[in-house]
Amino acid sequence: MMSFLFGRKKSANSAKERLQLVLIHDRTDLSPAELDSLKDDLIETISRHIDIDPTAVTITVAQDGRSQRLVADIPLRNVGRRRGH
Amino acid sequence: MTGKVVTIASGKGGVGKTTSVANISVALASHGQKVTCIDGDIGLRNLDVVLGLENRIVYDLVDVIEGRCRLRQAMIRDKRLPELYLIPAAQTRDKTAISPSDMVRLCDELRQEVDWIIIDSPAGIERGFKNAIAAADRVLVMTNPEVSAVRDADRVIGLLEAEEKGPAALVINRYDPAMVRRGDMLSVEDVLDLLAVELIGIIPEDENVIVASNRGQPLALDGKSKAGQAFQNISRRLMGEQVPYMEFDSQNLLQRLLGRKK
Repeated sequence: MMSFLFGRKKSANSAKERLQLVLIHDRTDLSPAELDSLKDDLIETISRHIDIDPTAVTITVAQDGRSQRLVADIPLRNVGRRRGH
Repeated sequence: MTGKVVTIASGKGGVGKTTSVANISVALASHGQKVTCIDGDIGLRNLDVVLGLENRIVYDLVDVIEGRCRLRQAMIRDKRLPELYLIPAAQTRDKTAISPSDMVRLCDELRQEVDWIIIDSPAGIERGFKNAIAAADRVLVMTNPEVSAVRDADRVIGLLEAEEKGPAALVINRYDPAMVRRGDMLSVEDVLDLLAVELIGIIPEDENVIVASNRGQPLALDGKSKAGQAFQNISRRLMGEQVPYMEFDSQNLLQRLLGRKK
């Protein structure tokens, strides 16, 4: 709210936020476009085995010190009950 | 005697590597250590002028490596201190004149003679950088609290890890506490969060740095200026002392720094 009233947010915050994103891509050599295409492939592969909600899938790169991990959150569709025989 | 090889690298140019090599070397020598600094920036020689030794050059780094002189002949003694020497870069050659294994051989010979070998890496991540880190026992990565310098430092830190020269220690140069307080400069904590490396020094912005280089008299010689003190502190940390970080009149910087340590 303050930043809305008094103009833009502190430039140091912009610098930090922008760097956080840039460094992830520099370190992993993975562009946002490549991450999207990885996500599509993952959805396709997993869907062959189990029913998922493709719109709810999120793939992010998480930081742990200087190492990165790929975190996928893939909600499963509720099947209700076991398919009958 | 088995000297330690410390290389100062940054990726980006102009962040203060040469000034730091000069001052850290002077500071170590002022503590009675025997020090040789090497200008690794072949073709863009500068450590000699920052140290004020430009008129005393006869032989250079490439002359030693190509066998035109003995190691001792290329070591220019700085008379202001008991045991400080400079091996200048060649000015009329380029980085391909020497190889990483040449640097390893040279440093192995120097280790027998001195306590510290401080190498000034050129900017960039190519041959000159590879030469400069080849013999390093420790690499200090230099950055400024500014987006392009931090990004390049991250790249260099990653390369050092890949070359098994890590973990790097970070020097933050040209730090302006007033700008940090206004929210217009990345703080020490911001930079450490982003780069996730160990810190070894914070050098405040100080116009005495330019005055000193104008005169060819490194700041760390008298140690009155803030930046000069910061270089003295880095040299003591290199020697294994626990030295508290300067206060920069933001009272809780020190506490915050200590607080973030594991």
